[in-house]
Amino acid sequence: MQDEPTPVELTKSVADFLRSDIAPLIEGHQAFKLRVAINILDLVTRQLTQEQGSDAKEVERLRALLGVDGSVGDLNGVLAERIANGEVDLATPGLAEHLWATTMDKLAVDQPNYASYKRELGRGG
Amino acid sequence: MIEAELFRSVQRWCEGATAVTGAAKLSGGASQETWRFDIMHPDGPIGAILRRSPKGYGAAPTRAAGLAAEAQLMQLAYEAGVPSPRVLHVLTPDEDLGTGFIMQRVEGETIARKILRDDEFAAARPRLARQIGGVLAGLHRLPQDKLPELRNRNATQEIFEFERDYRSLNWPKPVFELALRWLRDHDPGPSAETTLVHGDFRNGNLIIGADGVRAVLDWELAHLGDPMEDLGWVCVNSWRFGEIDKPVGGFGSREELFAGYEAAGRSVDPSRVKFWEVMGTLRWGIMCGGMMQRFREGPDHSMERAMIGRRASETEIDLLRLLVPRGS
Repeated sequence: MQDEPTPVELTKSVADFLRSDIAPLIEGHQAFKLRVAINILDLVTRQLTQEQGSDAKEVERLRALLGVDGSVGDLNGVLAERIANGEVDLATPGLAEHLWATTMDKLAVDQPNYASYKRELGRGG
Repeated sequence: MIEAELFRSVQRWCEGATAVTGAAKLSGGASQETWRFDIMHPDGPIGAILRRSPKGYGAAPTRAAGLAAEAQLMQLAYEAGVPSPRVLHVLTPDEDLGTGFIMQRVEGETIARKILRDDEFAAARPRLARQIGGVLAGLHRLPQDKLPELRNRNATQEIFEFERDYRSLNWPKPVFELALRWLRDHDPGPSAETTLVHGDFRNGNLIIGADGVRAVLDWELAHLGDPMEDLGWVCVNSWRFGEIDKPVGGFGSREELFAGYEAAGRSVDPSRVKFWEVMGTLRWGIMCGGMMQRFREGPDHSMERAMIGRRASETEIDLLRLLVPRGS
């Protein structure tokens, strides 16, 4: 078992330092790049916080939908293949709900400020 | 220094020019650069833009028409009254500037978020969707016998190419698979009419002033095909920059776009436009995947590129909103 602070806490401390202490000192293209860097650290923090929970739920849905077991990566591969060959489509019970839930969990990490995401979140997640 | 090389070129085709000043790179990847500069002239300074592939980067990516074709299209557009910069000069090999062209600088704004938020454009914004319809109608009417050689792509070929691009990424995405199925099931087939298609006509590639559209830029993806492709692409949610209830670039409604297009004497097929909007959304998603791949494997190991890879999920939610909308 590794010691603490946790990766989330460590990453967040770097992001906070860059945001409050460094960003005000920099301008122009480097300031733009710094904003990208801070965005990356924030994304990593969100992923470290949320991924375990969302992956577990995704695997559970995929097992029910596909009737097979595997890692979240493997099961996504199986689902992609079944949609491609027409075995699974929007008439398949649970597919639409699964894709919506999975996509919402991805946006929560990738781009929580994306307008489409905020609109859909307003419909109840 | 690029100013010295530019001045050598300028002297050949701009009589009376006394100097080149203020050269500054506006944007540039490894293969293509845009520079601004001023030509000093007794009649007053001339604002100019250089678009070029530096020496040693002559090869265009497979989908691109090439800078020579781009120059020709912009000049044709200018002559036909489609808002476009005037092309001043096409570079020749002995000028040592690489391949590309020099055009007149059009003042205005290209940054989409500024155009959508700044007061300066408040009066123009409500008119832009309709105006864009008129501009596209003019563009689709450019004389085909004068066009440079361009690839010809119908819907079926485009689905095939995007599917191939997507599979080459080895990046299984159930939502993209669903979109590919939908596209195959709704393939409208070849269009009744084949025209010039700009290929990247969207908010971000237009110079906008307080008076509206001043120039259409970035013709590098121009090809022959279904004119409805441009109407669909301009509506892709990624180019609304947050104004998601205004499909046409965040400016206005499809109805306004269609009205402007029809007022200029051309007809709209809304179901084809929808098809191309879905296709365009998937296209941008696959391009995000391509950015991820180039970040991993290519020479451009930039943070920006890495983060664009993480924007593919934006296109997934937009595809779901188009294909599997939830109760409103």
